[in-house]
Amino acid sequence: MIQITSLPIVPETPVTSTQWQTVCALTRIIPNTGVCALVNDEQVAIFRIGNEVFAIENYDPFSKAYVLSRGIVGDRQGIPKVASPIYKQTFNLITGDCFEDETVKVKVFPVQVVDGQVQVGISG
Amino acid sequence: MTKKNLVVIGNGMVGHKFLQCLIDKGATDDWNVITFCEEPRVAYDRVNLSGFFSGKTAGDLSLVEPGLYHENKIQIHIGDKVDRIDRKTKTITSTNGLTIPYDKAVIATGSYPFVPPIKGKDLEGTFVYRTIEDLEGMSAYAKQSKIGVVVGGGLLGLECANALKNMGLETHVVEFAPRLMPVQVDEVGGDVLKEQIESLGVKVHVNKSTIAIVNEDGQIEGGKVHTMRFADGTELHTDMIVFSAGIRPRDELAKDCGLAVGERGGIIINPACQTSDPDIQAIGECALYENRIYGLVAPGYTMATVAADHLCEPESNQFQGADMSTKLKLLGVDVASFGDAFARTDGSREIAIKDTVKGTYKKLVVNASGSQLLGGILVGDASAYGNLVQLVQNAIVLPPHPEDLLMPPREGGSSFSMGVESLPESAQICSCNNVTKGQICTAIQEQNLLDIGAVKKCTTAGTGCGGCVPLVTDLLKAELKAAGIEVKKDICEHFAYSRQELYSLIRTHQIKTFDELLDRHGKGKGCEICKPAVGSILASAWNDYVLTPSHAGLQDTNDAFLANIQKDGTYSVIPRIPGGEITPAMLIVIGEVARDFALYTKITGAQRIDLLGARVDQLPLIWKRLVDAGFESGHAYGKALRTVKSCVGSTWCRFGVQDSTSLAIAVELRYRGLRAPHKLKSAVSGCTRECAEAQGKDFGIIATEKGWNLYVCGNGGIRPQHAQLIAEDLDQETLIRYIDRFLMFYIRTANRLERTATWLNKLEGGLDYLKQVIIEDSLGICAELEAEMAYHVGTYACEWKTTIEDPEKLQRFNHFVNVDEPDPSLMRVEERGQTRPPYEHERQVVAR
Repeated sequence: MIQITSLPIVPETPVTSTQWQTVCALTRIIPNTGVCALVNDEQVAIFRIGNEVFAIENYDPFSKAYVLSRGIVGDRQGIPKVASPIYKQTFNLITGDCFEDETVKVKVFPVQVVDGQVQVGISG
Repeated sequence: MTKKNLVVIGNGMVGHKFLQCLIDKGATDDWNVITFCEEPRVAYDRVNLSGFFSGKTAGDLSLVEPGLYHENKIQIHIGDKVDRIDRKTKTITSTNGLTIPYDKAVIATGSYPFVPPIKGKDLEGTFVYRTIEDLEGMSAYAKQSKIGVVVGGGLLGLECANALKNMGLETHVVEFAPRLMPVQVDEVGGDVLKEQIESLGVKVHVNKSTIAIVNEDGQIEGGKVHTMRFADGTELHTDMIVFSAGIRPRDELAKDCGLAVGERGGIIINPACQTSDPDIQAIGECALYENRIYGLVAPGYTMATVAADHLCEPESNQFQGADMSTKLKLLGVDVASFGDAFARTDGSREIAIKDTVKGTYKKLVVNASGSQLLGGILVGDASAYGNLVQLVQNAIVLPPHPEDLLMPPREGGSSFSMGVESLPESAQICSCNNVTKGQICTAIQEQNLLDIGAVKKCTTAGTGCGGCVPLVTDLLKAELKAAGIEVKKDICEHFAYSRQELYSLIRTHQIKTFDELLDRHGKGKGCEICKPAVGSILASAWNDYVLTPSHAGLQDTNDAFLANIQKDGTYSVIPRIPGGEITPAMLIVIGEVARDFALYTKITGAQRIDLLGARVDQLPLIWKRLVDAGFESGHAYGKALRTVKSCVGSTWCRFGVQDSTSLAIAVELRYRGLRAPHKLKSAVSGCTRECAEAQGKDFGIIATEKGWNLYVCGNGGIRPQHAQLIAEDLDQETLIRYIDRFLMFYIRTANRLERTATWLNKLEGGLDYLKQVIIEDSLGICAELEAEMAYHVGTYACEWKTTIEDPEKLQRFNHFVNVDEPDPSLMRVEERGQTRPPYEHERQVVAR
């Protein structure tokens, strides 16, 4: 049985007074896949890799469709990443940087698991 | 110092080769090079002209890389021809009226097809075969013809017969001599060749002397070709005739300016390729060396090289005649002739094997003591050609039983071959481009070449007839082995294995999940390359439901949602319609579903119906309706069997000879859901008219009077390739058995995302090898392959049925995990009574 611990991911720009919104139970996310949540009117893609969770915006800047949550997750030299299901560009899940095009970046959200619930941070 | 003028007359294969040599030597800096090209396009591969009909375009055949002449400051006059050489003023004059002074000139005007002086030879419907224009003319005329005759059964004549056959004509070859290819093969070889070619549906008439060609009214003037009359009193009806009765040198320019020409034509040259005027050289088929015209491209290339060398550095190289060894595939039949093929050397002896079962003839000519190979003839199977030619050229001492050279390797043993290591550095490997073993090895070592493509590009070896490619490959392997280089085939950073190796690990160790494989044989967390590849292998091997939790994260979004993702993130739905057959009631269900969910509806290229624009949350609802009505997943989203297209066959069609629709349905139901390295398409045609386009599929089936012909490894798409015939007149049971083996062998050995056509192109030994494996069971794996397929067939389940029956699985089909709403970003515009996503410029208008 996997023991899920709370693992907040801190984005590059520290967020002041983060409010957390619970979106679903961690068990709703099949390991090594993603889901999309509506948080504060924004589409957020949340991924579960092993015991860790990551959150970036769901919008794929290349296809202009809201689909990143449906991409395949994995790692590049140990850095967690997701591949867009449309044209296959890959994004760093910690920084939001696109690996193939350094001028492109997607937004990263704070995310944590508390008591088995996935929470996304909303900047106050 | 002003540059001197060099005029090159003619831009055929040899003319171009000469220019290429100049460029390679840097000589274009020293000369103003001006060349004339009479045809409307620059040099192209005339040797492979019939390739024009297997889908090659004029562009594919071109030998000149775009921009090459321009970059090297070579002036080319396309569509203009030199009419006159004035040796007194040292100028040439062209048809378009250009007069250009020359310091040196090179004549590379080639040859023209010889048309025998037969009465009626100028009737409408007579052609020659040399240029792309000739071919286009033939092709246009063939559309209104049913029967075509080639006059001349030599090498070019048979090439030409292939072109006629590819145009769909009933094809005849008429040869004056008692056998085909009289210059290259002996009587027995000619007989075997005739039998082989006739078995391919081309009718061969030897010993036929044509005395007249007449029109419908029996006249030799006016109107169209109708009947050929022969000296023996027989007649042959035909709609068109192509003359391919030899070539004649185009030496008229030389004659007109007083250069020495041979009695029967040809510009006389010395070993420096100079004509009787030292400032004018002649190369290729227009040149006569020691009373001989060389009608093959390899000697022409040698002359081009010699001429260029001589121009830059007089007396540096000499033409000393050329080897007329040749290996060709004519109408799909191998023919090779090399060295002293007719045993003309004093005391020489012959060893020959004629196998009428396999349709092969192999003859060796050895010296009196049997210690050296002098030449030989191969018909039907010329795979030994490369080795044998090396034995002749390097005078290698033969084994005690030279007849062993002709035998195929026995079970467990290997046939005698001298191995590339034993060849001297000076051994000529590629005779078309004159590349030696030493040159190839040096290039591999110095430029760190790792694959055959790079070796071909760097050394040009293997880029002519291709006959030496196996030898070049052996050299590359030997060199890499010697350098201790292992060719890296890792699929990605997470697995140091190729797809084939992963497949074998999964099978051998009975690995059932990605995590298990990663634990035991990989590192890291995986990625979008290895995950779908492994997901596909697991599906091929164990046929588990692809959305079980351990597999779900491996699937590309198409497989993950069992539908094809479109550009806006919605999906398309394609139910299976086996063989393209559908009842009106089922058709109505599709129509109702499409209407109720407002899906854009389109007929696909594969006889199915595509419903586009389904939101992820709608997919299960749509499929509930479809499954309830009896539809199944069409796997249009998977790297899996897609469709088996069919024509109506003998059930309705007045031409059909077998029930193609029933077979297509049976085949589609058998292989439905089979996941493979790439998508698989198939088709069944009910007769030779091939309306289902089976020859463009990964495996295609065409009905014959006696059963079914099986074609494999074709595809449309980015690089179309025709499927190749692998077995004929099969009964249905054998047919299915061969397909089972073929598909499983492909799944076992192909690379990731490699379609069957590419796979076959890379497969060492090609189609012959594939035949040995899946028909003759040379690897002894056929029982295994069949068992694997039986397992797949036995465990098939419709993925959509499984999905909609499981509420837990259905949870995934919501756009949001926390809100029960569809994706708010989706938009639609109307067009022709249906809806579609807006284009970027429409988006803002729609948003308002």
